[in-house]
Amino acid sequence: MKIATAEFIQNGAQPVTGANKIIEVKNVSKVYGTEVVALKDINLDFEAGQLTSLLGPSGCGKTTLLKIIAGLLPATQGDILVNGKKVTAPGPERAFVFQDFALLPWATVLDNAAFGLKMQGKPKAERDDIANHYVKEVGLDGFQKSYPHQLSGGMRQRVGLARALSVNADVLLMDEPFSAVDEQTRRKFQEDLIRLREVEKKTFIFVTHSIEEAVYVSDRIILLSPRPGRVSEIIDPDIPSDIGPDELRRNEVYLETVENIWHGIKKYVD
Amino acid sequence: MSTLNTADPALLRDRADAPGLMSRLAQLPLIWKLLSVALFALAWEIAGRSGFNFSFPTFTATVAAFWSMVVDGSMGAAYLRTIEPLIIGLVFSLVVGVTMGVAMGLREDVEWLALPIFIVMQAAPMAALIPLVTFIYGISLTAKVVAVVMLAMPVITINSYKAVRNVPGSLVSMCHSFMGNRRQQIWYVVVPAASPMMFAGLRLGVAEGFSGVVLAELLITPTGIGDLITFHRSVANFAHMYATIASIVLFAVIAVGLLQWVETLLFRPEKGNVK
Repeated sequence: MKIATAEFIQNGAQPVTGANKIIEVKNVSKVYGTEVVALKDINLDFEAGQLTSLLGPSGCGKTTLLKIIAGLLPATQGDILVNGKKVTAPGPERAFVFQDFALLPWATVLDNAAFGLKMQGKPKAERDDIANHYVKEVGLDGFQKSYPHQLSGGMRQRVGLARALSVNADVLLMDEPFSAVDEQTRRKFQEDLIRLREVEKKTFIFVTHSIEEAVYVSDRIILLSPRPGRVSEIIDPDIPSDIGPDELRRNEVYLETVENIWHGIKKYVD
Repeated sequence: MSTLNTADPALLRDRADAPGLMSRLAQLPLIWKLLSVALFALAWEIAGRSGFNFSFPTFTATVAAFWSMVVDGSMGAAYLRTIEPLIIGLVFSLVVGVTMGVAMGLREDVEWLALPIFIVMQAAPMAALIPLVTFIYGISLTAKVVAVVMLAMPVITINSYKAVRNVPGSLVSMCHSFMGNRRQQIWYVVVPAASPMMFAGLRLGVAEGFSGVVLAELLITPTGIGDLITFHRSVANFAHMYATIASIVLFAVIAVGLLQWVETLLFRPEKGNVK
């Protein structure tokens, strides 16, 4: 496990930075109204093909940062660069998975999954074909014609995931995607996410408040501190990749990393 | 583990709590509707026969009067006259009301300009303003159309406006994040998400429109259904008068019911498919 503290980062010593930066966050600050400073001077790079978690207690601005990267919120200061180009609005290279699923209740699973493609103006036959592939990939084969209210919470989020995968974006931005589903479903989901990452070879930016979840699924964890939101630590969990999910949850490095993060975060929790 | 002895004769008998014929019938919604209509007709018949009021006809006399008016063509002719201002007024209220409501919901400047007008229109007792309409438009078709619009439009507009305001923000964000433009956002997210509340407003609006047209025909100049009611009252043909009134009530109920069906068909297929 490698831990870089905030001081290192501010001295310009970016730890373990690969050459393949897909998203750069440069001096981003966000102020709500005139007083509430949600984010202050955030500088981060996200590497292609990695799963990076934004972790922190509530109020640390992790969702705000994700929405700024998505182009859903404007930054008060600073820039977001995707593949070296500055962006201010949503783009085809980024897709968002919402905490509350944000499914259209009047549309079937297939139509919900195809929504992004519809916005791009793809013909119906083509978008249904692509969406159908991803509905199957997230494990919802047979539910194509169901409506969201007929599905469980976990299944609804799978539709949200299929919708994000269908547009074939390079980066998937996930805002606490598993927080609204039960613990059992959540574990299954986390395992599926790891498998999906291997199949899809995409970049994931993952917001969570669960330390275990972050350590379990991430290549890199960015720990944010609250009021104002700043980067406090960057952690690369060094967990052997060839072990199974059950073994992993008992792995010493895994447990130690969880413990260390908790010690780092404890001071911010009242 | 205990096993069940199926040879026990007690198990072969019908269970006391098994659903009987009545409870099985009760599961058919149509049976209940028909039963409710039959009870209403029976109560009407008894009240009519009791002679509590000289002007109150029996149910059977009313049905006979209705049939005679259908056969002699006076009912059909009256509806043809009444339906003209009603349809023109409702179509106008629907198009302008929904457009204005959606525009107010989407744009603050439009809301600021137009909302107070509709709030006043909704709150004011419109029947009191109908005599003013006669001063301006006389006893023409326009006057009746205006009466329908005055009653129907405010409720349609205000409900459309509130419906748009209540669209979940995360759906709008979702559309934005998948690069939907403003037009796509309105057409694929805002309008279908707002449609249940909008249609609730439309149903109220249509019901108000019926009030408007009958009020206009009673207050401005007797034509159509209003004329039929006034005429039969003046010659003490009470069964005919009741038949006319009942027919317009029924017509309004059917029209409002049709709207619900149209909504499910157009915007909310999942409601017709509830399991």
